[in-house]
Amino acid sequence: MNDDVVKNRHTETSTVHPATDAAVSVHDLTVAYREQPVLWDVDLDIPSGVLAAIVGPNGAGKTTLLKSLLDLVPSVSGRIRFHGEPFRARRRDVAYVPQRGSVDWDFPTTVADVVTMGTYRRLGWLRRPGHTEHEAAMTALRRVGMADLATRQISELSGGQQQRVFLARALVQDASVYIMDEPFQGVDATTERTIIELLKELRGEGRTVLVVHHDLQTVPDYFDWVALLNVRLVAAGPVREVFTQENLRLAYGGRVGFAGTKEPTSGPDKDPTSSYMGRIRP
Amino acid sequence: MSEALQLLWTDYTLRNVAAGTAVLGAVSGALGCFAVLRRRSLLGDAVSHAALPGIVLAWLLTGSKAAPVLVAGAGITGWLGAAAVSALARRERIREDTALALVLSVFFGAGLMLLTVVQGRPDASQAGLDTFLFGQAAALVERDVLTMGAVGGVAVLVLALFWKEFKLLSFDADAAAVAGYPVKLLDHLLTLLLVVAVVVGLQAVGVVLMSSLLIAPAAAARQWTNRLGRMVVLAAVIGAMSGALGAAVSGLAPGIPTGPAVVLAATAAFVVSLLFSPSRGLVSRRLRAAARDRRLRTEGDAS
Repeated sequence: MNDDVVKNRHTETSTVHPATDAAVSVHDLTVAYREQPVLWDVDLDIPSGVLAAIVGPNGAGKTTLLKSLLDLVPSVSGRIRFHGEPFRARRRDVAYVPQRGSVDWDFPTTVADVVTMGTYRRLGWLRRPGHTEHEAAMTALRRVGMADLATRQISELSGGQQQRVFLARALVQDASVYIMDEPFQGVDATTERTIIELLKELRGEGRTVLVVHHDLQTVPDYFDWVALLNVRLVAAGPVREVFTQENLRLAYGGRVGFAGTKEPTSGPDKDPTSSYMGRIRP
Repeated sequence: MSEALQLLWTDYTLRNVAAGTAVLGAVSGALGCFAVLRRRSLLGDAVSHAALPGIVLAWLLTGSKAAPVLVAGAGITGWLGAAAVSALARRERIREDTALALVLSVFFGAGLMLLTVVQGRPDASQAGLDTFLFGQAAALVERDVLTMGAVGGVAVLVLALFWKEFKLLSFDADAAAVAGYPVKLLDHLLTLLLVVAVVVGLQAVGVVLMSSLLIAPAAAARQWTNRLGRMVVLAAVIGAMSGALGAAVSGLAPGIPTGPAVVLAATAAFVVSLLFSPSRGLVSRRLRAAARDRRLRTEGDAS
């Protein structure tokens, strides 16, 4: 009890930006697999009501950061708060959209059933989802444009449809913080537009959305806040301020270019980091 | 066939045997679905083989050959086997299949060794322990069947109570953890149910063949439906029918042992399902592919 008070006082005075309105606040987070640190001393305050991207090269620890926010991986040290409280106390305010490939899509179930899973925790033990839960699932499916596929077996879905199902499952939870791992990975253009519109709607409703993102090209269009990560936190803040050529070079090791700079980069065929330059948008 | 059905009702022994194998088929069919869907089909095999040392140890410690005593011993070492698998597989450098193979052979080897040692004793009090290798359904009496029904019934009831939690755990364990469910506890509970299913079948089918009754009905049912609930019910029905059919066959032809007959019946159901199910069956998929090719060819010719 006393310890907590002391810790809180300590961070309030030591944090450069006061984090009173932070939706997600990470302090001194270090995570290691075996001997290798995957995240090193990360400090991050994500303000409430932003649409935030986490970018960084492969192996930068982006997914690990999300998973440690959600208590899915143990951390060596660090303190994580959602609206000032530990995750355990704020579970219901946090919805998670994992990478599509993390589940078996041949599981014998339907689209509506997967979305209904988002209501389970609210239901509690022993109670079964009823009319209210199915209605909530259908509303969420309508928001992602999948209502007509509600009874479809999930193995018949395309990648973009799978992603929208996961998104609908998160929407059902009516959370204040949404945490998403590469929702744009391998989806069609229609799905990408649907998802980004939806994320902007969520932000418009005052919710906070945190997205691991791969496509640097779209960062300025899609997001208003960004964290550049490469094991350590390179920079974090409003896109306009921190999404600079210099910070990108620091994060990606000096071999990256992105739209809007005239800096010559090595040819896209030879450059091993060219995938980070993003797709050419239509 | 009708003669066999009549025998099932009139012959006391055969009726017990058929009821017993039907009950164990239903229980293992229903519980096996979750093992198959979670890609842990081999865990049942490791558990059932790990049950053997428990049977011999239970007899050594108590001197009793009463089924509940032996089966309790089987359950304990079967559970230890499952715990050993997950303890080994948690170390990142040992893969789950390695852990399964290790546990299965070490526990089963220990069981065979114990069995050989006690059989070398001068008195004959240990006689019959070796029937647990391949099962001895013919020895089932009414009380055994009632016990199997009660134990299996409790396991199925637990499955029904935590249905949505088990479904979420099996489909997306991370989502279950984020939602705040005690996933480790649920995982242990599901493994415990698997141990119970194995234990229910040991007397009739034996440690060597038991796991196929967890897998075959579930794999067969998966071919016919895309809904978890229907899959579990269907697997239970296929398991029960395989049990009764196997008992009837071995009742009619006394040279055929019941346990293997039950396993073969379940496997036959699986093979038929794999070939002929309308949506996922190999035959219907071939036919659809051929029809598609014909259509594409004629469309190509027309243009």
